[in-house]
Parts: sequence; C-alpha cells; structure tokens
Amino acid sequence: MKSNLSVGTSPHLHKDESVSRIMWLVVLSLAPAGLAGVLIFGLSALWVIILGVASAVFSEGIIQLLTKKRLTVLDGSAFLTGLLLAYNLPAHVPFWLPIAGSFFAVAIGKQVFGGLGQNIFNPALVGRVFLMASWPKYMTAFTKPLNYDAITCATPLAALKEGRVLENLSKWDLFLGLRGGCIGEVCILALLLGALFLFYKKYISWHIPLTYIVTVGVFTYVFGQKGMFSGDWLFYILSGGLILGAFFMATDYVTSPLTYRGQVIFGIGCGLLTAIIRLWGGYPEGVSYAILMMNGATPIIDRFTKNRVYGKR
Amino acid sequence: MKRLFNEFLRGIVKENPTFVLVLGLCPTLAVSVSVINGIGMGIAATFVLLGSNIIIAGIKNSIPERIRIPCYIVVIATFVTITEMMMKAYSPALDRALGIYVPLIVVNCIVLGRAEAYASKNTVANSFFDGLGMGVGFTLALILISGIREALGAGTLLGHKLFVSFDPVFVMGMPSGALLVIGLLLGFFNVLKGRKT
Repeated sequence: MKSNLSVGTSPHLHKDESVSRIMWLVVLSLAPAGLAGVLIFGLSALWVIILGVASAVFSEGIIQLLTKKRLTVLDGSAFLTGLLLAYNLPAHVPFWLPIAGSFFAVAIGKQVFGGLGQNIFNPALVGRVFLMASWPKYMTAFTKPLNYDAITCATPLAALKEGRVLENLSKWDLFLGLRGGCIGEVCILALLLGALFLFYKKYISWHIPLTYIVTVGVFTYVFGQKGMFSGDWLFYILSGGLILGAFFMATDYVTSPLTYRGQVIFGIGCGLLTAIIRLWGGYPEGVSYAILMMNGATPIIDRFTKNRVYGKR
Repeated sequence: MKRLFNEFLRGIVKENPTFVLVLGLCPTLAVSVSVINGIGMGIAATFVLLGSNIIIAGIKNSIPERIRIPCYIVVIATFVTITEMMMKAYSPALDRALGIYVPLIVVNCIVLGRAEAYASKNTVANSFFDGLGMGVGFTLALILISGIREALGAGTLLGHKLFVSFDPVFVMGMPSGALLVIGLLLGFFNVLKGRKT
C-alpha cells in the first residue's frame, strides 16, 4: 500500500534525527535515575529493570512476528516502555510482576492500537495501572532505602494519607531519594540530570513539565493540611512520582498534545488531577492516573488548540 | 427442517448477539464474573427470548403498529417476572448473585431486538428457533467470557481451584476486566472472520 516516494512540503531540511535515535537517547537520559535506584534499593532493583525491559522487547517481537508486521524491536520504543514500567515498580516484587506488566503494556497498551505512534495511552503507565489494579499487595510494598534486606516501609505520601508525617525525612533526603518508593522515581537529582539532557537536546519543551509541577505546587500550597495557603508544596513536588511523570511520561510525543498551547492545558490538567487525587482521593499517589486521564483528553485538546493556518481568518 | 436448523445456527455463529451484533453488553459486563452466574444469566435470557418470540410471533397481526413496543414490553415483562419468581424460589443464591440484572432483562436489547426485528415479521416456528439460537449464542458467549474472567480473576472454574499457587489477577474480576476480555475476544473473532472471507 505504502509508496516508497514521500513528498513533503518545503522547506526540506535534513536533520540527523530519527524516532529510534530519540528513543535511545531518552533511555540514556533515564540511566542516572536507574543507577540511583539500584544504589538505593540494591541489586533486586536491577533485576526488576532487566526483567521489565527484556519482557517488553520480547513481547513486542513476538507480537510483531505473529501479526506479520515489520520487526521494529530495536527502535528503542519497547525498551523505553519496559524501562519506564520497571522504574514505576517497587524494588522487591515477584519476578513475574515486571514480566506480566511489560507484556500487558506492550500488548494492550501499544500493539493492540497498531503499534508505535498509534496508542492513545502511555503504554508504560497502562502496564503500571494494570499491575496496580491486579496485584495491589505487591505494588504497595516499598523497600526501605539503603537497607538491602527487603524491609518494607511506607512512602512519604502513603504515610501522609494515613495521617502521620515522616519526621526524620528532610527535604534533602527527598531530593536525593533516600525514601521508600518506586525504583526510578526516588532520586530527584538523577531525574533532573536526565531532564536537563533532554532539554539540551530539545527533545522535550518546558510546557508540560513546568505547568504540571507548578500546578501541583500551587494547588497543594493553597489547599494545605492546616488551612488555606499553608501547604507544604515542596514536599508534594519532591515526593511520589511527580518528577519522573512530569519530565519523562507526560511528555511522551504520541500521547500528549501537539501544540504548545495544548501542552500547557495538558500540563495544568495533569497537575490538577494529581493534586486532587493526592489530597482527597483514595490512593496516596495520582500521577499515573492523572497522566492517563489527560492522555484520554488529548484528542479533544488537539482539536481545540489547532494553530491558525497562515492567512486564514 | 433444515431451514429451521439454520435459523437456530445463525444465532450462535453468524449473528451471535454478543460478538457480532454486540447487543446486551450491560448484563454481559455485569454478571460475567463467574461461570455459574454466566450460565444462570444465559438460561434466564434464553427462556425469556423463547417465550417472548413465540407469543409475539403469534399475536403479531393483532398488535396495532403504533403501540407495538409497549405491547412487546408487556409480553417480555411477563416472562421476566416468571423467571425472577422461579429463580427466587429455586435458586436464591443465583438470584442474589445476579441481582438487578434479572429484572433488567425486560429492557435487554437482544430480547427487544429479536421481537422487533424478527418475531414481528416471521412465523411462530421460525421465531422459536431464532429465539433458541440467539439464547444459546448469548449463553455460550457468556460462558466463554466468564470462564476467562473466573480463571484469571479468581483462579477457579465453576468454583474448582485450577492452579496450585496462583495470585489472582484482581482486575479481571472488576468491570474493566470484562471490557478488556470482551474487546480482545471481539477483535479475535473479527480476525477469524476476516481470514474466512
């Protein structure tokens, strides 16, 4: 069906970029966060990452072989999906959990819709939410940081939900990742390093991450625990999966709006939903649900934020 | 006879109410948590379909055109009430499990759809076999969906344990699991159909 001749409109610029190059560089930018996760939670975190990635790549290959599609397992997108999913898991989970999650993410989150570029929802988050709904007892058993004996502890947000504050946790601990949580979300420093790299390469723009984070900050400050305008906004920004979600998952090209105006709406929507779930929802953390819901709203946002065609009223 | 048999078969394969006509999804989503619920719902719907198809095909000439839908509803509601009372009397456990979805068969689009699209235009014998085929097709679809959901969501089949050690996939027992299974099965049957033609 497809012709080999591709005709585009001018200007014809050639740039040494491709989907797979971007994918692999995003993987590279996520490396520090994974390294930090392994340092903080021990080698079992490394196993989770390896199993998640291998299962995602393997599932993609099998499905493409079965449906007789072109094999594109090496374009890095399945690798990235598996990596992001593993980053969203606690460090000590049964070995089949990342395997099942990655398979679901690639099969249901991506290939069912037609593969790369066709999916409505971020595949890694689809996988995570599936695991969360299916095996919550494994998904909420978080390992204590810097203690490699699989002792579990509550995440700061879960503790807050139960009405207690982790007193001995300073903002520096949160920034460096010395807290209970998912493998890839804890070390804010490493995540920011990766994000800086993506900004430098211009792979992501500031619109989604900044509006997302600022919205969460403002909202949690205004609706604080001890009355209006008293919230600990920095705590809410530094804990949970907000930084990982805002920089690496909400900015997914396929599932976020195309125009900058749309991306600002998208970011604010994600921020509002995240803050509402965290403050009043049933779950302690709402980043994944917020991003998935805004993924669902992306087609509508795109429709109403079309750029004006030059010369057209 | 062969023609009547074809009427029967059509409801099971070519015009399966769940996978081809995509009708009656509300009870399908709601009750397909376990196989026993699926079978119960299927039998109840089949009984109502049979009864309403026969009666409506029999009295179709004396029903005024303008008020035909209310007439159908009265006939269907009669059979649903019979079903509900029987179920309450003889299997209260199943009645509790199916809950509101038994009375809701009154507005089930398979039943109403067959009355409007088939029974009101065909003979009693044809309508009987059409109702039977549609009912059996619906029941088989329910058994398939609820079988998958029960096996994955609870690790059991008809209440018997399937695996030695198994962490049930909770999501399969939830409404989202029903949507996932139905969607995947629909896609699967469409692929099969596409391969045939």
